[in-house]
Amino acid sequence: MLEIKNLHATVDGKEILKGINLTINPGEVHAIMGPNGSGKSTLSYVLSGRDGYEVTGGSVTFQGKDLLAMEAEERAAEGVFLAFQYPVEIPGVSNTTFLKTALNAVRKHKGLPELDAMQFLKLIRARAKSLNMNDDMIKRAVNVGFSGGEKKRNDILQMAMLEPSFAILDETDSGLDIDALKLVADGVNSLRSPERSMLVITHYQRLLSYIVPDHVHVLAYGKIVRSGGKELALELEAKGYAEFGSPEAA
Amino acid sequence: MAAIATLKDLYETLSPGLPGAGAAGLDRLRADGYARFLSDGIPTPKVEGWKYTNLRDLAGVSLAPAQSAANTDIDLPSVAPGETHRLVFVDGRFNAALSAVGTLPQGVTLDSLRGLIEASPAYAAEVLDRFPAPKSDTGLRVGPNPGRGQALGLVGLNGAFLAEGAVLTVGEGVKLAWPVEIVFIATAADGAWHPRLLIDVGAGAEVTVAEHHVARGGGATFANIVSGVRVGEGAILRHAKFQEEAETALHLASVTATVAASGVYETFVLTTGGRLARTDVQVRLEGSGASTRVSGAYGVDGSRHADFTSLIDHVAANCTSREVVKGVIDGRGRAVFQGKIIVRPDAQKTDGHQLNRALLLSDTAEIDVKPELEIYADDVKCSHGATAGELDEEALFYLRARGIPADTARALLIAAFLDEVAEEIGDEHLRTYATARIQDRIGRLTGITVDTDVPVLGE
Amino acid sequence: MAATEQTVEQVRAVTEQKYKYGFTTEIESDLAPKGLNEDIVRFISAKKGEPEWLLEWRLQAYRHWLTMEEPTWAMVDFPKIDYQDSHYYAAPKAAKDKPKSLDEVDPELLATYEKLGIPLKEQAILAGVEGAGEMPAVAVDAVFDSVSVATTFKKKLEEKGIIFCSISEAIREHPELVRKYMGSVVPYSDNYYATLNCAVFTDGSFVYIPKGVRCPMELSTYFRINASNTGQFERTLIIADEGSYVSYLEGCTAPMRDENQLHAAVVELVAMDDATIKYSTVQNWYPGDENGKGGIYNFVTKRGACRGRNSKISWTQVETGSAITWKYPSCILQGDNSVGEFYSVAITNNYQQADTGTKMIHIGKNTRSTIVAKGISAGKAQSTYRGLVRILPKAEGARNYTQCDSLLIGDKCGAHTVPYIESRNRTARVEHEATTAKISEDQLFYCRARGLSEEDAVGLIVNGFCREVLKELPMEFAVEAQKLVAISLEGSVG
Repeated sequence: MLEIKNLHATVDGKEILKGINLTINPGEVHAIMGPNGSGKSTLSYVLSGRDGYEVTGGSVTFQGKDLLAMEAEERAAEGVFLAFQYPVEIPGVSNTTFLKTALNAVRKHKGLPELDAMQFLKLIRARAKSLNMNDDMIKRAVNVGFSGGEKKRNDILQMAMLEPSFAILDETDSGLDIDALKLVADGVNSLRSPERSMLVITHYQRLLSYIVPDHVHVLAYGKIVRSGGKELALELEAKGYAEFGSPEAA
Repeated sequence: MAAIATLKDLYETLSPGLPGAGAAGLDRLRADGYARFLSDGIPTPKVEGWKYTNLRDLAGVSLAPAQSAANTDIDLPSVAPGETHRLVFVDGRFNAALSAVGTLPQGVTLDSLRGLIEASPAYAAEVLDRFPAPKSDTGLRVGPNPGRGQALGLVGLNGAFLAEGAVLTVGEGVKLAWPVEIVFIATAADGAWHPRLLIDVGAGAEVTVAEHHVARGGGATFANIVSGVRVGEGAILRHAKFQEEAETALHLASVTATVAASGVYETFVLTTGGRLARTDVQVRLEGSGASTRVSGAYGVDGSRHADFTSLIDHVAANCTSREVVKGVIDGRGRAVFQGKIIVRPDAQKTDGHQLNRALLLSDTAEIDVKPELEIYADDVKCSHGATAGELDEEALFYLRARGIPADTARALLIAAFLDEVAEEIGDEHLRTYATARIQDRIGRLTGITVDTDVPVLGE
Repeated sequence: MAATEQTVEQVRAVTEQKYKYGFTTEIESDLAPKGLNEDIVRFISAKKGEPEWLLEWRLQAYRHWLTMEEPTWAMVDFPKIDYQDSHYYAAPKAAKDKPKSLDEVDPELLATYEKLGIPLKEQAILAGVEGAGEMPAVAVDAVFDSVSVATTFKKKLEEKGIIFCSISEAIREHPELVRKYMGSVVPYSDNYYATLNCAVFTDGSFVYIPKGVRCPMELSTYFRINASNTGQFERTLIIADEGSYVSYLEGCTAPMRDENQLHAAVVELVAMDDATIKYSTVQNWYPGDENGKGGIYNFVTKRGACRGRNSKISWTQVETGSAITWKYPSCILQGDNSVGEFYSVAITNNYQQADTGTKMIHIGKNTRSTIVAKGISAGKAQSTYRGLVRILPKAEGARNYTQCDSLLIGDKCGAHTVPYIESRNRTARVEHEATTAKISEDQLFYCRARGLSEEDAVGLIVNGFCREVLKELPMEFAVEAQKLVAISLEGSVG
């Protein structure tokens, strides 16, 4: 599904990723954990194609294609989805307009017919219902006036609509209370399938009790320093990140 | 200035032939207008209110009346086709054949000014006298104040050539079901017109007025429009102007409205046409509890210029005003927003807010903004906000990360930006039409048609 | 709550005071004859023993001034000034030959500054430093009417290569620096009052901070108008060379007189690469009495050029005095990444009028500016914020944030906001917000329910309203400014 080889990236001329290697197979859920400033969010932005993140070395292959050569929207159309740590508010653009435009762009890319308004409404209502989102939230402008939990659920709704084959969940637990976290995790779990892989980025083990990963990696100062099974998360929770040293050591 | 000499000659030649010439009332109105034009002249950037809009181009404009070919096969814009009371002017001249006033309720009149004058010059003069005129100076400001505020030469010019226009009166308590439409069609290659639009809404009455200025083959025409509006006690007037003339046209408009106690004046101005277009709105809230909502949206590209200038004058206590003006500037386009809120000494408990936002799409676009507060009463809540900048990069990435191509994402964000202004419009016909016109303009600006019209989640 | 209590205490301590700087000093003055003509310009230049080029510059300015008209765009109203009815030069006689050391300064003058709270004796200050332990020293250039009477700590500053002296002395001792920079930020033809200043300026302060030097103490000028029927026209020129830093304070007072006196100063700042200049003013010229009689006309041109990359100029002003204020401290942001700031509190009471604000001209890439202006109007006063933010086409990534708030106390005053925003760069982001409201009844009642008098409560609330600006002031000034805020509003309620 996804193969990251010796990935180096800089932001404002400063090297943040210093040689990442990671292979994710179909259906697998990988978790990346690490202290603040380890490069977790940079990795998610590099994979989703945000401007300002310069790849200086290495490669990323997604379903046999060179991911790094694609624009952000091509990656989305190819099936890469980023659930944002801080979903963006877009005043004046309703959720429905936004998602209909996005979904039809993705469908067009895949050679599927565009959905008309009725088909689209039917689909979004069904998906929203399973995430406990009401019509009002769907009608409102994208993320405007949403609580932290509502924003995250809105992102998961988008994921349910766009049906990506690979999803990156960037600090999805940040700013959520336990009830909101459960709701979001249920949403994510319902989207797990043998064809869909996920990369869960988190600072805390908490989220991984709800979205249980197949593999856990520790990212520290731009490199994956340790990999293991889900038990690694528990170990980190107990010991902290201290053993992975300081930036100077890396 | 060559234009002034030309206009003097035109006045000498044309005024004897204007309708009602020789009737005392009209002669006086025209002479007053001419005198004002001679004293104030054509405004220059030295006049504070014209600092950012230069009319030097007027020198190259044909100032004589437009000559149009007789043409009745014209596609007319409408906010509610078949369900409006309509007056049509072709190249500034009333066109009875295209007009369709229909049946008006008792107490409502809708006339062409020329018709009114021809029927009775004395009565027409009496009607004309009833309406407020713009003021150049508020009379409040401390200091010597020379050459400040507005110059009224153009308004004077309109008075000097007074002949065409529309007069709508809505009697007390009448609620008009259909919108009234005043349609100006430009078909001539050039030429000028100076129409007067007068709207008088009686106490407790309610009406929607859509004003269109469109080109159907028209070119470098010059429209110099003066409007007078009276909103009676508890009356509601929803007024929208769609300025969509040819890209070579010149459009200058001055609107003066007075609002009595508890009256509501809503006005929306869409500016997407013209080489240079300026709308000058003055609203005086004269009775307790009066309110106004002034909104505007513009889109300019090429080397075009759009100017929205407003003065909201809180004369009485307990009044509210809200103003939202937003625009998009591309190419070498330039936009100007000047908005002033005055709160007079007796206008306690005033609530006045104003917002201006500009989106710059090119490296050569320019925005000039001057939001002003002039406040002489203490128990008030007034604010203004202004921003200028490019599209939000984060929002753009968010859209792209969901698979929306970059140019579509851009068009979508521009549409959303302007649609917020349309949301200010209270009347549904006007709002829907405004949204459609905005989308049409963005379509032409970006080459992408955005469908923001996903049906409401209903049945 | 300690800070609040402290404020209350300060407010209380000063509420009984009137304009405490209104006394006059009995001192013999050397006066130029009344009136303004080329001979007066020559007279001033001769008194100062100036080089020929400077006299020529003055005359050029004077001749240009004759062709100019007084600006009328500001929201201020005053009777026409008779420029011939004033002395353009007044100096304490004893200062004819500038004293070599502080010991030679006329004791009457030292006493005057003592009374103003500006000690000119280094020993006393140093002793105070040691005693208090924390209070940093402030070097002072004292300008009395038309001349600088004393500059303290010159020796200590010289050790670091810093030049701090009167502008007259700088013209004599450092003509190359003065000639290079004077008039380079505010040209002689700039505006009516600045041009007049160029023709007749008498003294002022000069500062040069060499490359890489951080000025070890606050520098300050204390302006005092004493003689009657005189105008004060001083110039200040501050040059911060690459990588240097200086914080400069300016204070002003004048006796209570029934006549209006003109103060038309010019301040020029130049910041080179990586240099920072922080310029703070507490303007407390005599504002006139409660009937609007007397007071200073404060028509001042202040402008800073951020010439170098990463340079920064920050203006902070607390304007409480003067009958009329006409003042727009501005920044020309030429260097890439340069920063301009303007923090202002303008308080007008009784018949005072203030038209003040700033200009931020963004020329270089990634230039940033912040404007925070707080206007308070009471009595029958009129207060106007007037500002310009201009983004030029090359100012890629420029940012401006402007916040203007006005507070009205009473229904006979006015508060006005006149910002101009001009942007010609797509990537620039400009944000402007302005609000006007009256002092909150709820806050007033809350304070009074806790035992504060109405006047104390107003002082307290207004101080809170101004906090964002006051916190930008150097410590030495902040306390003084808080007191001033309260004093200025005396009699505005009840």
